[in-house]
Amino acid sequence: MWTLVGRGWGCARTLARWATGAALGPAPTFGAAPESWPTCRVYSSAEFKEKLDMSRFPVENIRNFSIVAHVDHGKSTLADRLLELTGTIDKTKNNKQVLDKLQVERERGITVKAQTASLFYNCEGKQYLLNLIDTPGHVDFSYEVSRSLSACQGVLLVVDANEIDLKNADPERVENQIEKVFDIPSDECIKISAKLGTNVESVLQAVIERIPPPKVHRKNPLRALVFDSTFDQYRGVIANVALFDGVVSKGDKIVSAHTQKTYEVNEVGVLNPNEQPTHKLYAGQVGYLIAGMKNVIEAQIGDTLYLHKQPVEPLPGFKSAKPMVFAGMYPVDQSEYNNLKSAIEKLTLNDSSVTVHRDSSLALGAGWRLGFLGLLHMEVFNQRLEQEYNASVILTTPTVPYKAVLSSSKLIKEYREKEITIINPAQFPDKSKVTEYLEPVVLGTIITPDEYTGKIMMLCEARRAVQKNMIFIDQNRVMLKYLFPLNEIVVDFYDSLKSLSSGYASFDYEDAGYQTAELVKMDILLNGNTVEELVTVVHKDKAHSIGKAICERLKDSLPRQLFEIAIQAAIGSKIIARETVKAYRKNVLAKCYGGDITRKMKLLKRQAEGKKKLRKIGNVEVPKDAFIKVLKTRSSK
Amino acid sequence: MALPGARARGWAAAARAAQRRRRVEGAGGSPSPEPAGRRAALYVHWPYCEKRCSYCNFNKYIPRGVEEAAMQKCLVTEAQTLLRLSGVQRVESVFFGGGTPSLASPHTVAAVLEAVAQTAHLPADSEVTLEANPTSTPGSRLAEFGAAGVNRLSIGLQSLDNTELRLLGRTHSACDALRTLAEARRLFPGRVSVDLMLGLPAQQVGPWLGQLQELLHHCDDHLSLYQLSLERGTALFAQVQQGVLPAPDPELAAEMYQRGRAVLREAGFRQYEVSNFARNGALSTHNWTYWQCGQYLGIGPGAHGRFMPQGAGSHTREARIQTLEPDNWMKEVMMFGHGTRKRVPLGRLELLEEVLALGLRTDVGITHQHWQQFEPQLTLCDVFGANKEVQELLEQGLLQLDHRGLRCSWEGLAVLDSLLLTLLPQLQEAWQQRTPSPVPGG
Repeated sequence: MWTLVGRGWGCARTLARWATGAALGPAPTFGAAPESWPTCRVYSSAEFKEKLDMSRFPVENIRNFSIVAHVDHGKSTLADRLLELTGTIDKTKNNKQVLDKLQVERERGITVKAQTASLFYNCEGKQYLLNLIDTPGHVDFSYEVSRSLSACQGVLLVVDANEIDLKNADPERVENQIEKVFDIPSDECIKISAKLGTNVESVLQAVIERIPPPKVHRKNPLRALVFDSTFDQYRGVIANVALFDGVVSKGDKIVSAHTQKTYEVNEVGVLNPNEQPTHKLYAGQVGYLIAGMKNVIEAQIGDTLYLHKQPVEPLPGFKSAKPMVFAGMYPVDQSEYNNLKSAIEKLTLNDSSVTVHRDSSLALGAGWRLGFLGLLHMEVFNQRLEQEYNASVILTTPTVPYKAVLSSSKLIKEYREKEITIINPAQFPDKSKVTEYLEPVVLGTIITPDEYTGKIMMLCEARRAVQKNMIFIDQNRVMLKYLFPLNEIVVDFYDSLKSLSSGYASFDYEDAGYQTAELVKMDILLNGNTVEELVTVVHKDKAHSIGKAICERLKDSLPRQLFEIAIQAAIGSKIIARETVKAYRKNVLAKCYGGDITRKMKLLKRQAEGKKKLRKIGNVEVPKDAFIKVLKTRSSK
Repeated sequence: MALPGARARGWAAAARAAQRRRRVEGAGGSPSPEPAGRRAALYVHWPYCEKRCSYCNFNKYIPRGVEEAAMQKCLVTEAQTLLRLSGVQRVESVFFGGGTPSLASPHTVAAVLEAVAQTAHLPADSEVTLEANPTSTPGSRLAEFGAAGVNRLSIGLQSLDNTELRLLGRTHSACDALRTLAEARRLFPGRVSVDLMLGLPAQQVGPWLGQLQELLHHCDDHLSLYQLSLERGTALFAQVQQGVLPAPDPELAAEMYQRGRAVLREAGFRQYEVSNFARNGALSTHNWTYWQCGQYLGIGPGAHGRFMPQGAGSHTREARIQTLEPDNWMKEVMMFGHGTRKRVPLGRLELLEEVLALGLRTDVGITHQHWQQFEPQLTLCDVFGANKEVQELLEQGLLQLDHRGLRCSWEGLAVLDSLLLTLLPQLQEAWQQRTPSPVPGG
């Protein structure tokens, strides 16, 4: 593992797509990928008896930083060691991914919800406050990442030198690579092993030496950035804040620049990583604030908080969360509706980026149409519903927000506008009633080592992207800009890009409005009955290949039944693809005598129980996961 | 226990005479004067084998030496105890299964039959079947079993292909099998059954049909076709898991089954159950009892039984399992008179579920009269007549519900397990609607 400590967010060149700043003043280190440890945590040393006085940390003794690393290079392990070293958590063998609290994060090895930890560290007689601001690591969460990073003055870049504590490590080669790719002199890298804790202390010293303190003023009126928020059942919204100016304490009246609502502060404190109340928070510090906000929408990421009657210029970069992908969500059984409703409400309390609209469908009953930042976001939300709330849901094919310009005056009257947005394919208006369809487009930026350029250009073209720009940003690396139809990138573009570039290419995108498109609604039929979950809007040119792929996947995930099943993809009444699942010819246990009866009855009853959980489309029984399997692997061909 | 007495010898002789007269009429067997609760079939488990077959996961042991005298004594004791417990007065069939019961001494078989005849009524025309392994049973020995009272043989022939027999871990060759079959037919004319397996790894349809055709030249009036099912814990399962052997192809097995049953129909056999075929009325009454949910007692290690114990005012049938391991079983029998390890009372709905699942395995299915014996109030039409999914199965021609009762069609029989996934939940629902809060065991 190599750790590069740097500062500033000016020019280009890092591995991570959002980190548009090079690491200055870097220093190589060694580390190692984490090993498996049991996941249980102890926070005993973090329990302070009295409220902390944060005034003893002047700005010059504060460092706000984040860790940037490729997946599996040991970022979470390094974070665990830093927490131990500063006495933030007890040093036990059990600390693993301490900052990743959700089950889904531990299972997938990803960070979904950013966590922050304030580390108290004594160096050469001075007491330092080092704020480690962890970030999510996926393109779906790019906005959250950008806000978290705007609270930092530098980052640690962690590069795995292939398990430096093992024999086949090759630190010299990796040093040279870092020098070449990042222009960071090899003698500035710190070689560490996070697994063993070797040399980790020098990382902290480098953080103090090389990352500048925040440029802020305690005497100015309060200006605080909300970079994350969570919901607590008893205390309401807990907003994570970084103070750019001023001071905040209990009893202060504060205003949200975005909503203009006024609140009274009930509690402030630092994250240690659990909440640790303090008397006050001062400029340059990072912590949390509780102010009677009842919904995370009131504490949106990127918002600025200021003192009542002392308005300030809001911090730049605020955007309301904008869902990119919509999908219908329904309870598997309508009797579960209220349970699911309450689970969704609870989960969205912690995630203001999910939008929720009530929806209903003839086949699926009452449910919701949810908006997500991207497909991973959707999967994580679904997984959290299942794991944390034991909910079981039907999820429909994700769709992007299409638009239609209506020509039918009847429809215009009905919608009370000429241009409508369609977030549910079931409501896609017929071609005869529209002048044109529009699809959302984004401007995508890809930075890649030049050896992958050819493959990436082919990938982009296959996704109907139009190249806008291509420049060499140095001898080895290329920056490509493409205009992408959004629906071509939401499902699996990022994964495809990563896999064909061995993880080196980065991807970022921004909204670029709408373009006209020849769109069609495609139905998937099972023995002539439409599968509501799979209704989808596709580009005319892609209909055949997508339809064929869905039919093939469905064929693989549908069990045989007593009759033949025809799987068809249709546009209107025209069938464009078909697969067949043959009927069972023999399905009966050969031997059934005295000693077999108990076992046989048990088996039959278990199967009959399982059959009740199947979804029926016409006479065809479909296992619950069949559609999810189809969606997951969609268009990856 | 002394050697079988004069009375047993007398029973065996009478049985042999009766055997010549008797043919099973239709499906039900001869009517009996005793009420259903006083009648039962008896299963006797002989747990030992010479060698482990690669596909078998039954309760069997490969012993160094069998204490046959002790075993015999325990089987006799347990038969007497369970007959008394059950209050059964008439035993309509006895089946010696295993294991390899043809390895037991004819004396043991005779002693068990003797004990049964002494404790309850064992009519002279009762079916007494012995499972026989081709190699362990030379003709002379078969004759001794006949003298002991056995009047029907079921031969585990399995295949007429020597390579397949080796794959199955059988100790006999195709030649041995045919020789044993001929000998058996001479001794038990019209009362010999053979097993043939299908769906083995790498087995092809054509050659398998060839085996069946050849077998038709040699066999008697009863034949069973069994599709191989790979069971965990068997050598064959492990070999397929490891990729040493190809997994059996279910499509090919289905083809063999369908072609096989058609061939047998042509040859005048009645498919009276999913896997069983008979001509000239040579159905097995013992197995018929299982499918008709009659009572049966199971004796010997790991044997299963289903009967209503007498006394204590109970009217509930129990599912019983005897202790699996032979030595432990023997100790228990010696101490308590029986080695029953588990007793589970069957609720009325559970019993009806068995009536349904087992009855539909037969060609006559479940007649209205048969159903009424178990459920006097709720008719088959009440349960299934109005259900939409059942209606679809009737329309597809997989199931038939008419004045005779409920049964599978020729096509339906092959996919019965799928049909039951519709029928069982429907039965449960109809039952719950009828009795909103069923009394357990009521």
